[in-house]
Amino acid sequence: MSVRHALLALLREGPKYGLQLRQEFEARTGEVWPLNVGQVYTTLQRLERDGLVESDDSTEDESPQKGFRITEEGAAELDNWLRTPPDLSSPPRDELVIKVLVAIELPGVDVHELVQVHRRYLVELMQQWTRLKEDESRFDLNFALVVDAELFRLDSLIRWLDTADGRLKRAALEGDAPAPQPFPLPKARRKLGVKQ
Amino acid sequence: MSYLELRDVSKVYGEGAAEVRALHRIDLTVAAGSLVAVMGASGSGKSTLLTIAGSLEDPTSGEVYVEGCPLSSLSRNGKARLRRQSIGYVFQDYNLLAGLSAVENVSLPLELDGVPARKAQAAALESLENFGLKDRASHYPDMLSGGERQRVAIARAVVGNRQLLLADEPSGALDSHNAEAVMRLILASCRRGMAAVVVTHDAQLASWADRVVFLRDGRVVDQTLPAEGPEVILADLGHQ
Repeated sequence: MSVRHALLALLREGPKYGLQLRQEFEARTGEVWPLNVGQVYTTLQRLERDGLVESDDSTEDESPQKGFRITEEGAAELDNWLRTPPDLSSPPRDELVIKVLVAIELPGVDVHELVQVHRRYLVELMQQWTRLKEDESRFDLNFALVVDAELFRLDSLIRWLDTADGRLKRAALEGDAPAPQPFPLPKARRKLGVKQ
Repeated sequence: MSYLELRDVSKVYGEGAAEVRALHRIDLTVAAGSLVAVMGASGSGKSTLLTIAGSLEDPTSGEVYVEGCPLSSLSRNGKARLRRQSIGYVFQDYNLLAGLSAVENVSLPLELDGVPARKAQAAALESLENFGLKDRASHYPDMLSGGERQRVAIARAVVGNRQLLLADEPSGALDSHNAEAVMRLILASCRRGMAAVVVTHDAQLASWADRVVFLRDGRVVDQTLPAEGPEVILADLGHQ
């Protein structure tokens, strides 16, 4: 997550103090990502160095009442960031995927039992997040969006585990357990960003 | 106190080479006021578990207790009475009668149980009102959206003094907003004292439950620990 661009977005609304930026950042992100004040000022100093924000020079540097405002360059940088999709073109080195792939080849490991351990953990996490949604009066729109995003992320992992579980079961029934052979299309592997 | 209990329940269909073991030695308890989700892939035995819990089918072995009463001790009529008076069912495809209005669909189980029509209608209207559907009472199912139809089906399942709600993929045909609304209604019914079992393959749905039981090839293979409350989660996130 880009604290740098989140602070630019807050300053786009008008000049603000450092402490005010911290409070508003936490409120806008559903208070799910706490931010310490040191991180705020370090980021603001870098933004100022890069000419993306200007500070109120009338007060002392480290004062919590020092004001900041966005520059034209900062506004352009923010617009560019908002419209640039995050890089999702390469599959991440997902630890859960790697654990399951490793387990398939390991003698003495019941991969279905392993999948269930991870499935239960993920469902328990989802139960915790859903508990937060139970009392609608407790949270605002931003928090609801953050909770939804986390639930969908966890849900997608469980769906993958379910699919993997079914695929492995069918492969075992067909006597066609996956052989440890490399993916046969090296060009496609490189295109997808899969490292050799 | 457990309202529903399955003790060492097995279900076998067919014989010899055609034998299919749908459930194998299932133990499951559901307390009054709690929501239990049963998760599993297609063919894992989820729906069979639900039909046996709801006395729509008998187990091959083992016993089902509803409010402490063993179902095997009940006659066919006794089971039918139990289903009418104590158990509500919710299905993925709603199962509303197309020729009846929403209020008539909800009042029907009460009238079948001998409740006078006027009294049954009043109870049905109250149930619809609880689910925000009072203004849809005279609408027929084909005049309602999918979400509204399922809410009518839940109103029908909890109308009267039913204490056990059994739901089979209750939001399978709905978008995420309506699916969440359906689960909120089921959970609200549990918070008022009902025991509920929801079978599903959907983790988002299951995550509304107090406990999730995992079924695989007819066996209970795992279950979640009790979920922590919001205060604990918010504290973990660094907020009180």
